[in-house]
Amino acid sequence: MLAFPQGSRYQLNGDSFSGGRRRGPRPRKAPLVAFHPYTEEHELFRKQVRAFAEKELAPHAEEWERDELFPNWVFKRAGELGILGAHYPESAGGSGGDNWFSIAKSEELVKCGSAGVTMGLLVQSDMATPCIAELGTKDQIAEFLEPALRGEKIAALGVSEPGAGSDVAGLRTTARVDGDDYVINGSKTYITNGTRADFVTLLCKTDPDAGHHGISILLVPTNAKGFSVSKKLSKMGNWASDTAELFFDNVRVPKRNLLGQEGMGFIYLMQNFQSERLVGSSSAIAGAFLALDRSLDWGRERMAFGKPLIKREVWQHKLAELYTKCEAAKALVYKSADAFNHDRYVTQGDVSFETTKLIAMSKLFVGDVASEVADQVVQFHGGMGYLEELWVSRYFRDQRLFRIGGGTSEVMKYMIAKLSGW
Amino acid sequence: MKILVPVKRVADPDNANKVKVSADGARVTSEGLEWKLNPFDEYAVEAALRLNENGASGEKLGEVIIVSLGPDEVQTTIRQPLAMGADRGIHVKADDAELDSTVVAKVLAALVAQEKPDLVLMGKQAVDGDSNTAGQVLAELLGWPMATFAMAIETADGGKTLTIGREVDTGVLTLKVTPPAVVTVDLRIVAPGSVRNGVTPDAHKYGEGARYASLKGIMAAKKKAIDVRTLADLGVTDGAVVTYTKFERPPARTGSVRFVESAQELVQRLKTEAKVL
Ligand SMILES: Cc1cc2nc3c(=O)[nH]c(=O)nc-3n(C[C@H](O)[C@H](O)[C@H](O)COP(=O)(O)OP(=O)(O)OC[C@H]3O[C@@H](n4cnc5c(N)ncnc54)[C@H](O)[C@@H]3O)c2cc1C
Repeated sequence: MLAFPQGSRYQLNGDSFSGGRRRGPRPRKAPLVAFHPYTEEHELFRKQVRAFAEKELAPHAEEWERDELFPNWVFKRAGELGILGAHYPESAGGSGGDNWFSIAKSEELVKCGSAGVTMGLLVQSDMATPCIAELGTKDQIAEFLEPALRGEKIAALGVSEPGAGSDVAGLRTTARVDGDDYVINGSKTYITNGTRADFVTLLCKTDPDAGHHGISILLVPTNAKGFSVSKKLSKMGNWASDTAELFFDNVRVPKRNLLGQEGMGFIYLMQNFQSERLVGSSSAIAGAFLALDRSLDWGRERMAFGKPLIKREVWQHKLAELYTKCEAAKALVYKSADAFNHDRYVTQGDVSFETTKLIAMSKLFVGDVASEVADQVVQFHGGMGYLEELWVSRYFRDQRLFRIGGGTSEVMKYMIAKLSGW
Repeated sequence: MKILVPVKRVADPDNANKVKVSADGARVTSEGLEWKLNPFDEYAVEAALRLNENGASGEKLGEVIIVSLGPDEVQTTIRQPLAMGADRGIHVKADDAELDSTVVAKVLAALVAQEKPDLVLMGKQAVDGDSNTAGQVLAELLGWPMATFAMAIETADGGKTLTIGREVDTGVLTLKVTPPAVVTVDLRIVAPGSVRNGVTPDAHKYGEGARYASLKGIMAAKKKAIDVRTLADLGVTDGAVVTYTKFERPPARTGSVRFVESAQELVQRLKTEAKVL
């Protein structure tokens, strides 16, 4: 499906990266092994996303943080630029790129300076929508996915409930069949984009007695009767992103809004989570690098005891450690991203258990590294790190989410153990 | 209209602290730098696209040709305007060290002779050397009318005459130019209403700034032709007229911010401490 002739990332010094046999003789002087997932098109796309983030979003970051909402035009504009649908097939309203477009995008969006904006956009492009491309009927793709990728309809993912977060299978929202409809009752909470979503990719029980196997995914337009936003939630960070509690009171949707098969929702969700965790990880580690780079600029200027801070060996060592950890985390994320791209875009199958495990490891490790970076950059800035005047305190509170949202660090460890067969 | 837009890659100013001078002071090293399209050239591309399209319907009214001089990597620089909507590119192979404004202008003059564009639209200067000369030298070589620092371009007759607003210290100077001509642009050329071609409805709202390449545009650009030429092909063999004797970094900043009580004290300190008066 992909036609990127040049710079194939599956070539590593002439080897097949995916484990195939060496074709030619080993070059006499082995060049530095370089993993190059990006072609010229990726790089150009990356620059455009960066320009969008820096020129059109960053200037408003303060205002949107204060308003606790970024405006809807951001979705529209991102859609226009092909940012949301870059990695979706053309048949689903995307541009036919591979998943490295999505990784590049997630890395550049952080330059908007507001993790809330980045999160809102990533929910739209990589969290609430991948399963529609995967499983959707022609009509579902036309009604939900295509307008979402154009940024015309805002999407939310409705999984978590007041009584069920990590334990997804414990969810209580039900959908029972009544004639040609499903009738939905229950509530969802912590839902990103929830106050203004046009539709919710909703997890609910179609067979309350069947545990995992009783869960299904419905596509629910929010203009349906009985749907309401019961509360907009105030948060520690990611202020520019709206987070809501949703209430479903006998909400009717036609049966054709069932995504895939009834009872398969849990399995679909586990697949869908992988893109969410992957772009979350690539974005979070890019954010950590950015925080370190920005801190360096500060360290060069800030004088203490007659020298710039950056000339203090203590800080040189601390920063050396943190950059090293970030590089290691990024390498792990890229390994996961390559595995994901291979599973989903090259062989076009499901995300394998091995890839799922790598992604869980990435999210876990990135969470710890990013939190350490956030803590240390506050320290490096001293009092300025604690004030609202600078980006630092916002970064500190925003990044904390990453060890919770999209599956907590503990859940990642649980998955690693389980997938390892312990 | 057929419009030729020369573009240059420049070191991304955001990477400015990676700019280094070689140990012998002979050159500024470019290793490890990220490159980007010179912003003023990007504005020229945007202006050219606006002149040559119906902004409301997307219909094309002419051809936009992108030219860049430099090593093979400048093809990447050419792809960006192609992804924004320009039609084809010309890459003139050269070492950066061989080039100065005169060589560039001669190359462009040779290409103008081949391509016969109605307009050469270019950035007023590149943000690396800040010479602000290539456009002027080119107009001289061609014997064409020239308008520099354009902040508005208007045409109503398919480009037979151009009305150009130039930004000058005292305000806006308006020139009427009969193409073929050389026009260099300033920042404000990419304000929403700066370019009017008589076809795009006045009600059409352009965004502020140069357009982005959408991913569709990026994919399409892959298929657009880039012709490769050499300096010799174009008969430009004289070499640069500007030679550089030495580069050095400005002295490191030492000062800290100090507040003074009065203008007198300021003048005093500027004389005795800063020694700049
Ligand atoms: C800002 C924000 C945005 C969000 N956006 C969305 C969204 O768009 N859509 C959506 O569906 N959800 C969203 N969430 C919800 C998020 O995915 C959940 O908060 C997360 O999965 C954790 O669930 P929980 O809050 O119920 O915590 P709980 O599951 O109650 O966990 C509490 C603690 O117990 C630990 N724990 C749980 N189970 C175990 C176990 N078996 N062993 C050991 N420890 C355990 C957890 O790791 C955690 O430390 C969002 C959350 C936030 C804060």
